[in-house]
Amino acid sequence: MYKILRKETFSDVTKLMEIQAPHVAHSAKAGQFIIVRIDEAGERIPLTIADYDKEKGSITIIFQEVGKSTMHLGRMEPGAEISTLAGPLGHPTEIKNYGTIICVGGGVGIAPIYPIARSLKEAGNTVISIIGARTKSLLFWEDKMREVSDELIACTDDGSYGRKSLVTEPLKEFLENKDKKIARVWAIGPAIMMKFVSLTTKPYNVPTVVSLNTIMIDGTGMCGGCRVLLDDGAQFVCVDGPEFDAHKVNWDSLLSRLRFYREEEQLSLQRYEHKCRLEGAAEGGR
Amino acid sequence: MAGLTQKERMKIKRHEMPNQDPFVRRGNYDEVALGYSLETAKEEAERCLQCKEPKCVEGCPVGVMIPQFIKALREGDIVKSVQWMKAKNNLPAICGRVCPQEVQCEGNCILGKKGEPVAIGRLERFVGDYELVHRTCPLEKAPKTGKKAAVVGSGPAGLTCAVDLAREGHEVTMFESLHSSGGVLIYGIPEFRLPKKVVHSEVNYAVECLGIDIKVDHIIGRTFTLDELLKNYSAVFLGTGAGLPSFMKIPGINYNGVMSANEFLTRVNLMKGYKFPEYDTPVKVGGEVAVIGAGNVAMDAARCSLRLQTLHSGKSENNSGEVHMVYRRSRDEVPARGEEFHHAEEEGVIFNFLTNPIEILGDEKGNVRGMRCIRMKLGEPDNSGRRSPAAILGSEFEMKVDTVIMALGTSPNPLVFVDAAGLERTRHGTVVADRKTGRTMKHRVWAGGDIITGAATVISAMGAGKRAAADINNFLKGEVPW
Repeated sequence: MYKILRKETFSDVTKLMEIQAPHVAHSAKAGQFIIVRIDEAGERIPLTIADYDKEKGSITIIFQEVGKSTMHLGRMEPGAEISTLAGPLGHPTEIKNYGTIICVGGGVGIAPIYPIARSLKEAGNTVISIIGARTKSLLFWEDKMREVSDELIACTDDGSYGRKSLVTEPLKEFLENKDKKIARVWAIGPAIMMKFVSLTTKPYNVPTVVSLNTIMIDGTGMCGGCRVLLDDGAQFVCVDGPEFDAHKVNWDSLLSRLRFYREEEQLSLQRYEHKCRLEGAAEGGR
Repeated sequence: MAGLTQKERMKIKRHEMPNQDPFVRRGNYDEVALGYSLETAKEEAERCLQCKEPKCVEGCPVGVMIPQFIKALREGDIVKSVQWMKAKNNLPAICGRVCPQEVQCEGNCILGKKGEPVAIGRLERFVGDYELVHRTCPLEKAPKTGKKAAVVGSGPAGLTCAVDLAREGHEVTMFESLHSSGGVLIYGIPEFRLPKKVVHSEVNYAVECLGIDIKVDHIIGRTFTLDELLKNYSAVFLGTGAGLPSFMKIPGINYNGVMSANEFLTRVNLMKGYKFPEYDTPVKVGGEVAVIGAGNVAMDAARCSLRLQTLHSGKSENNSGEVHMVYRRSRDEVPARGEEFHHAEEEGVIFNFLTNPIEILGDEKGNVRGMRCIRMKLGEPDNSGRRSPAAILGSEFEMKVDTVIMALGTSPNPLVFVDAAGLERTRHGTVVADRKTGRTMKHRVWAGGDIITGAATVISAMGAGKRAAADINNFLKGEVPW
């Protein structure tokens, strides 16, 4: 069992949790992920590592409540324990001095892009960060991102904070700017955002790395449910990734596979919300 | 019946295993084979001729003392029977259910030459089940040696090795990547063939008696590397199996509805997907399932599919769906254990022999809508003695399916090779190791089971775990050098 040490609420649906897991903190690196299962009946879900503390033996995750499992996790409080926390999984980000690079973090994707930006900065890169979200309340860690960036742009889809634009707009401007050669781009966020980042950088031939978050069970290469179609065949996100060359990813196949269990996810969520309402009503009646 | 003559023993007919009715059982996940009663077990035990040179034992990868345990059983001394059994096999309730007895002990039984062999597997299961309930034979442990050994993987090979090492007094830590120990016994073999409570019970009993430390959620190669383990343990045994699924190299494998048998079975067995939404992990099959392959894993996948279809329809006698097995060779080459093949046919799996998929077809939403296949014919036997299949030109046809499950064999997971310099592997991805001792090319590292043979059986992995444990024990006690 793994104890929740700390919780921060960034918005109604975005939560940070620091969890005791010395075995994972021991070898965690930027770009890797963990598999979490809340309880005996729970599913195994992959979550990217946002931070880790080797001395304390803890890891930090930030997640958005999008389905039953993340909603359940989001309602847990410090002191509570979860059943499974396995990792670190996947290849770490390849950190070296590339020159000037751009880190794009969209929504909850800001969390995993942070340790990557930090490591790239430490390796001597000039780091430009673009963070974006649908609306102000979903934006977080601007200060932390600013600390590790030479330049930072924040944007929201609805203009409630920072620049009113999608992340691809400022990205395109940087790519257009001939004075500043961009050596590489990292993008983490919703699949649809990563697809459009990829389409944006492709005409400029700037190598672009995305971190994919697909449906997984074991996370160790055993099930193959996470497979993604690349130009040169299928690969497993869990062991071959999670980072891939964005320009090789078949995004339509990826988006379609993410939708495969949509009905079941809805059913699970409805059942959970119903149960919570009943429990809430029972408590209210006491 | 103590004084039976050999002739009289030979006249007794082999006792059938009572099974759940095929039409009922395809609507539930309960065990298919119900097990012998005490009377039936004793009567079946009377059939054994107690050969002076028992061939059955030679056929057993762990060398169970078969005539002895059968003799004790027919004399009504079940406790003694358990003792004979456990002297060689720590997991009889599991082996009695999943071993391919027809090619091992029973395949060698002298009675099988003219009639039917003694039902050794069913008797083993009887004895194993008796022990699960009565706990007559606690595992004994030698005094502490102060030596530490790590076992990577808690499947049949790892469990057997860990138990044997712990019995010798070594301090054993077992590392498991999933959240539950048992390996393929938990994630692969379905409940109706091997109930999970049997696995948990066998594993927990051994582990508690011997004080083995199991660390779940530890992925060696990621959480710790092999080289890190070698700093803390005097010996490391790798029993990580062959967990990596293969997909056919044909177009369309990424459509929704195509999965590896590993994914499908893991969803069903480890994650209890058949109990969705009570359990969170969904598993879905459509009305027309194709399972590619005809090994034990393919049979398991097909029979799980039938059950899911039936559970969804709510009527066990009236499953409206179809489950097709697609195999490129013929009936005679089916590699599955005879009983699994027979059960699958009884339950209504439709077999398409001499058929090979060449493309999976999808609709505009990216879901599977069909499969293009080609008819095959068998040529001359090749070096392995099997007749090799060849495509019949112009025989392509379409099969209407909405789910494709690929059960084409598996290979070892390469994660364990991270930071494991010197651990050599073959071009098939298996570890190079001595088959007698399990020693790999890397100092103080042993391996056994599917990681060195490729996908094989539970009992052969247990045999490998046992042989390695013997060598590790000698090494730890300083009786043999590396």
